Amino acid sequence: MNELGLWAIPIAVLGGAIRVSTPFLFVSLGEVLTERSGRINLGLEGTLVIGAMVGYAVAYLSGSPWLGVLAAAAAGSAFGLIHGLICSLPRVNDIAIGIAMMILGTGLAFYFGKPFVQPVAPDLPSIPLGWWSSIPQVEAALNVNVLFLIGAAAAFALWWMFKTTRIGLVIRVVGDSTDAARAMGLRPAVVRTLATMAGGAFAGVGGAYLSLFYPGSWNEGISSGQGLMAVALVIFARWNPVACFGAALLFGGAGALGPSLQSVGISQGYHLFFTAPYVLTLGVLIATSSTTRAMTGAPGELSITK
Amino acid sequence: MPMKPLSRRGFLHGSAAAVGAASLGSLPFQAQADGHGLTVGFIYVGPKDDFGYNQAHAEGAAAVAMMDGVTVVEEENVAETVDVQNSMESMINFDGASLLFPTSFGYFDPHILEVAPNHPDVRFQHAAGLWSADMHPMNVGSYFGYIGMGQYLNGITAGHATTSKKLGFVAAIPIPQVLLNINSFLLGARQVDPEITCQVIFTGSWSNAVREAEATNALADAGCDVITCHVDGPKVVIETAAGRGSYVCGYHADQTSLAPDLYLTGAEWNWANVYTGMVQTALDGGTIPNFVRGGLTDEFIKMSPLGPAVSDASRAQFEATKAEIMAGGFAAIRGPLMSNTGTQILGAGEALVETDIALESMDYLVEGVIGSTS
Repeated sequence: MNELGLWAIPIAVLGGAIRVSTPFLFVSLGEVLTERSGRINLGLEGTLVIGAMVGYAVAYLSGSPWLGVLAAAAAGSAFGLIHGLICSLPRVNDIAIGIAMMILGTGLAFYFGKPFVQPVAPDLPSIPLGWWSSIPQVEAALNVNVLFLIGAAAAFALWWMFKTTRIGLVIRVVGDSTDAARAMGLRPAVVRTLATMAGGAFAGVGGAYLSLFYPGSWNEGISSGQGLMAVALVIFARWNPVACFGAALLFGGAGALGPSLQSVGISQGYHLFFTAPYVLTLGVLIATSSTTRAMTGAPGELSITK
Repeated sequence: MPMKPLSRRGFLHGSAAAVGAASLGSLPFQAQADGHGLTVGFIYVGPKDDFGYNQAHAEGAAAVAMMDGVTVVEEENVAETVDVQNSMESMINFDGASLLFPTSFGYFDPHILEVAPNHPDVRFQHAAGLWSADMHPMNVGSYFGYIGMGQYLNGITAGHATTSKKLGFVAAIPIPQVLLNINSFLLGARQVDPEITCQVIFTGSWSNAVREAEATNALADAGCDVITCHVDGPKVVIETAAGRGSYVCGYHADQTSLAPDLYLTGAEWNWANVYTGMVQTALDGGTIPNFVRGGLTDEFIKMSPLGPAVSDASRAQFEATKAEIMAGGFAAIRGPLMSNTGTQILGAGEALVETDIALESMDYLVEGVIGSTS
């Protein structure tokens, strides 16, 4: 037990939510963008790992973590471009291509990442938003990385974009009806490929966060399935970017529950606490389910809804 | 003329034999040239430069590769599934390996036990104390080091360094070897100050970077100012703990370079010594014993160089205790001793020396460790 007693748990969950949620947030925002245009990119787990590797390597070689983030975004969009182009061919299944891209991404990252397991790359800076508190736990929890803030801003920006801008409208039309989009003179394949590229860039940045900030090192085991879970979070968030932000926070915070309960001495059944994020996901999905509103918000052209 | 249909199995059989024959003719050239060459295979469950378990074994393999008349073949990231059986078969059939070190705990049962009976001329050496004469083939062997003693010495430096009197331990899974390490770490620290406690957090997995980082942060939040771990790759724990300003003790391999100012010392495997010894025995035509164990004295384990944060008093007690352990017959687990659930483990005067077999079925955390085994 420590001086804070049980208060340590909410503080740790808050800290965990901020630290752990960022990769979930970026990957799920990328996936929202892609799925809103009518494609599913299941390969974002591979893109995340490639982003983590490229980001770490470039940060180490250049000495600048921000160059690493840019390189991760570029690598991610290159993967998105490949996925987008292949899926633009007739009668190609986007889910199968996504799985292939996932395996390709992790394989390439392991191969090219080998020389970068040992070196230590510079970390991304963080902003000490907890300066006002004299409690070290609170200070540590509120040590917020810039990428988290960028991700939060991007969630609201994407929401605004879908709602009010012409680009948002174009993506939504393409995602809801290929025929309607063609009738409007749009080129669905081009829009979808661009949306997949942008989505890949988001996922790449999510990977760079893993290797350059938290946990902050590159190795083959850096991702514990964040990319896959984030794709599921998109459905959970009903294709709404702001809801993705909430879902990522919830998921990150629930993940901090296991260690923080053990640290205050509640250690029986820690295996169960580690499943908290997944149990929570199931619970929320059941609670928000409805026989009439099933798949609300799902783009009409998505291959899982057709 | 109707052709005889070729079954898939038959095709694989034939083509594998053809490839095998071709490679037999060309591959082990040096081996044939000097007549007594030896090919040794090493298989790792993770990356061989993970600052941890696999790196420790790979450093041993690198020492073997320097020996005359020895060829080393290595494969990393091999899962504890039928994958490792394929790796072993391919090292035997295509590389001509006659001595194998499949290093991960989970490779033993059923994988080594499945492959070994088919290759009586090949020796399989496995890093854990699992082999027993009445159950397992004679061409399989176990070797194992008393690394709990290293964690005991870690604990002495931790006991001197801590000001909060709280230590932290990030542990993977509560198997006996992990529990012995946790208990030894605390008991070492209690040689310095019997008030010290140790908080343990289990991650439930040998390798999960994010969870290890979260566990380390939770320990730092709880006021632990010296942190060590038992996970496959300690890099994340060491870097995260040092980032929070905690002192760190290493495990598996030397992690000094990850936290030069805050690294106290570390319990390391010394596989280079063990592996070169075993390979030399094989080269000389001798038989490697089926069951080999050793500690600091036998150079199965070693300690990282003491870091700059280690005080003179700490250094003196560390060296004195190390000398006692080197003299043999040392017991870290000695009575009177209670578990942290209140049951008596040892009465006054009782002790379990480092070689005691009872330590290998440890299922308790000692009084002073905050945590639970289930």
